[in-house]
Amino acid sequence: MAEAKMVNLTIEGRPVSVPEGTSILEAAKTAGILIPHYCYHPSLPIPGVCRMCLVEVEKAPKLAPSCATSVAEGQIVHVHNDRTLEARKGVLEFLLINHPLDCPICDQSGECELQDFTYQEGRADSRYRDPKRFNPVEDFGGDVMYVPNRCILCTRCVRFMDDLAHDTVLNVSERGDRALIGKFEGKDLTHPWAANVIDLCPVGALLSKDFLNKARAWELDRAASICPNCTQGCNIMIEVRDNSVARLKPRPNEDVNKFFMCDYGRLNYRWMNRQDRAELPMVRNGAGLASADWEAAIHMAANLLRDAKPFVLVSPMLSNETLFLLTRLLQRKGGTGVFRVATGDEAPLPGVEDLALRRDRAANVQGAEILGYTRSDSPLEDLGSDDILVIADDDLRGMPVEAAARAKAVIVIGTAIPDGLENIAAVLPISNFTEEEGTFTNLRGRVQRFTQAKAAPGQARPSWLVLGDLLGALGAQDSFYLPSDVFADLAAARTEFSGLSYDELGMRGLPVMNAEGGAVR
Amino acid sequence: MGYPHTSHQRETAVLSQYFGDEEARTLDGWKKRGGYQALEKALGMSPADIVNVVKESGLRGRGGAGFPTGMKWSFMKPGDGKPHYLCCNADESEPGTFKDREIMRWTPHALVEGCAIGAYAIGAETAYIYIRGEFTEPLIWMERAVEEAYAAGILGANSMGTGKRVDVYVHKGAGAYICGEETALMNSLEGRRGNPRIKPPFPAVSGVFGQPTTINNVETLAAVCPILMKGAEWYKSMCLSNPKSTGTKLFSVCGNLRNPGTYEVVMGFPFKDFLYDLCGGPLDGRRFKAVIPGGASVPIQTMEEAEATLMDYEGFVAQGSMLGSGGVIVIDDAQSMVRVIARLARFFAHESCAQCTQCREGTAWTTKILERIRDGQGTMEDLDTLLSIADNMTGTTICVLSDSCATPVISGIKKFRPEFEALIHGKRVHSVMAAVA
Repeated sequence: MAEAKMVNLTIEGRPVSVPEGTSILEAAKTAGILIPHYCYHPSLPIPGVCRMCLVEVEKAPKLAPSCATSVAEGQIVHVHNDRTLEARKGVLEFLLINHPLDCPICDQSGECELQDFTYQEGRADSRYRDPKRFNPVEDFGGDVMYVPNRCILCTRCVRFMDDLAHDTVLNVSERGDRALIGKFEGKDLTHPWAANVIDLCPVGALLSKDFLNKARAWELDRAASICPNCTQGCNIMIEVRDNSVARLKPRPNEDVNKFFMCDYGRLNYRWMNRQDRAELPMVRNGAGLASADWEAAIHMAANLLRDAKPFVLVSPMLSNETLFLLTRLLQRKGGTGVFRVATGDEAPLPGVEDLALRRDRAANVQGAEILGYTRSDSPLEDLGSDDILVIADDDLRGMPVEAAARAKAVIVIGTAIPDGLENIAAVLPISNFTEEEGTFTNLRGRVQRFTQAKAAPGQARPSWLVLGDLLGALGAQDSFYLPSDVFADLAAARTEFSGLSYDELGMRGLPVMNAEGGAVR
Repeated sequence: MGYPHTSHQRETAVLSQYFGDEEARTLDGWKKRGGYQALEKALGMSPADIVNVVKESGLRGRGGAGFPTGMKWSFMKPGDGKPHYLCCNADESEPGTFKDREIMRWTPHALVEGCAIGAYAIGAETAYIYIRGEFTEPLIWMERAVEEAYAAGILGANSMGTGKRVDVYVHKGAGAYICGEETALMNSLEGRRGNPRIKPPFPAVSGVFGQPTTINNVETLAAVCPILMKGAEWYKSMCLSNPKSTGTKLFSVCGNLRNPGTYEVVMGFPFKDFLYDLCGGPLDGRRFKAVIPGGASVPIQTMEEAEATLMDYEGFVAQGSMLGSGGVIVIDDAQSMVRVIARLARFFAHESCAQCTQCREGTAWTTKILERIRDGQGTMEDLDTLLSIADNMTGTTICVLSDSCATPVISGIKKFRPEFEALIHGKRVHSVMAAVA
């Protein structure tokens, strides 16, 4: 590819060099200058309507919309001088004259760009003395509700539905100050990606019905993570209030999900908060299970596994690290590693290449396959009566109990204890993916990190730590202090992962070797 | 001739020659009056020569902006493999303007011919005539004229037997003022919501259906025929003041005066004579107070300014206003300027497309304040607020509708402030009473 011609200009006194054709707004970003804007969004067509991003380009008679103005050699751009500040102040005042100013009861409060920029550079008061326009709240279908009084008509939602979802549902209805976002007759926001309009909305006009009145933005703790609900591996933020996941939001990643996540992934988070968790290590005591300390439970499990062949049923929701340590267990005496995957219909976002809600509804199917686990719809078919069955976080739901009852003994390394199993010898409670750190490999072979969002219940420990202890009790010499240590071992042991490390992966991930574009150094 | 009145001797009837002449509407009648000779002549010339003649004539856009037509045509680059389009902007919705309507009502073939010549000159195979939705009668005449022209082989695959293809389509708008803005017109023509587009790209690069397009006003295209027939020198010689403004211009006059109607005068004609002589002056017992000379969106002139104006592009600017579309609205001393300006603002608030923040909110806010002042509920701070809003609305939006709303407000407050203050202070002076007293 030919090198793009570079253009040199000065923005707010800072020299900037960007490829030809870049907008002034994007060029300013590279210099660390945020030009306030509403209607512009990097993934959507540029309408240039909010007039918030007006900047002064020296020698140009009028202020220029920086989102729609390309850079030119030698341009001198002022973002924060008197003229532009005055213009933005004017826009902000206009945007607020019909706005209900109901921040105290608005879900967007605290993460609202109208609030932010008004605090930053808006007027302290309004000169508006007349009645405000009023329109009733409307249900837009799906997870979306519309509060027209707060709408600033930036049309991001309309453009998303038209240009990315290819589902023309929304429009601008009416003209002048009567204008509002309308829904075409008989249509609803039922597209599987429609809820992204909530994130795109810079103000509190489009809100999630699921999240409505659940938390204030400033009460939420946020952790960078990966959506576990299918193999796409959309980058997300997990937002937690009182140690409970309140909502999932997409986190931008140009190579995976751009700025988006699907509604299925977004709303399928309640299981992360389930209350019937395995919280204490337990061992068999006669007819029942009795709680034990971690040493006793690990010891019990190690004793069972010392000379037996394990049959490992893993969940494809487990991290690469945990699945890797389980392969170590399999390598000791030989054994079988299997997994099953829940599936559903694929639902693409047509306007973005290679972005879809995938058929396989688990995060790490690719990782499990790379690490040698066998996918099966009836994974316990080959379980022998001499086998020690290790269930690594599969709840056995939808499987006949007899299948697992065949095993000599069962060791549960999981977030919950499967119902109706009487041959459980030990339970090693682990944290779920929101409570630990690790990596998933998505369907394109991209390894991406997720971080801890909340605390694990009871005495549950991170899965990699539990398996490290178990392997140690079986005589392994490695010691792991951090999940990154496990990953370093994985990278050393498996060529697919060679050259990768937590530091290298960063928060955007890298492809494994053999995956497309996966030339690992 | 002027219409509906008989032509005044000081008018120069070029485009309006056959206004009121019913026979001129038909193809036969039009041909009898020398119609389609210009097209025949044009098809024998090279497109570049036609552009040069138009350039040489000094013809400037009659829709309001006054951009030199020949130069606009020269932006089109035929032979780049793309389809090219000519759009005729017949969405004449500027309040007080009805000159294009008369052209389409009385001499529809003049426009068809102008479109065909324009299309040929810029290398467009297709011309669209976008007619304002409310123009039901002109639409009928235009459709009939196009039909006749096709039937006679003037338009179509073998235009006038030259083997050159010229298609003209008549498209009816749905009644939005903003669709008179050229990029909104293109969106509307494509079947989208009539919102102005951000420029660049300009229509000559990416216009209708994303292809190179030239948009011309009805009067501009109609003027091309006589220019071709009689030559650039003849057209250029019609000039009474500034040599940059040539030819004749149609003015539609309405408001409080004796003889409203459409008049055609040579560029540079004295506005004072126009108002008092051609248009018959004020009604009995009244005096002119103000003039909006170029459709609702240009600055209001006081009578002192108006009477000193020479009617061309530069002349109106020199006297604090603009030629605009040539829609002259005359206001006499019986009217309240606040009422007039509030009504204009209401129009713009109603017609704002709602894209740009300043326009969507500003036009409506301006209207609310003005109507409050009109109703005796205003304050002195309101005047400052109005000017500040108007300032924020000027030069900050995609199109100029926002500026158009601000213009009468700024010029109105500046030039007629005592009327605003009288209403604010509760002195509801009815100026006609004052005049009688």
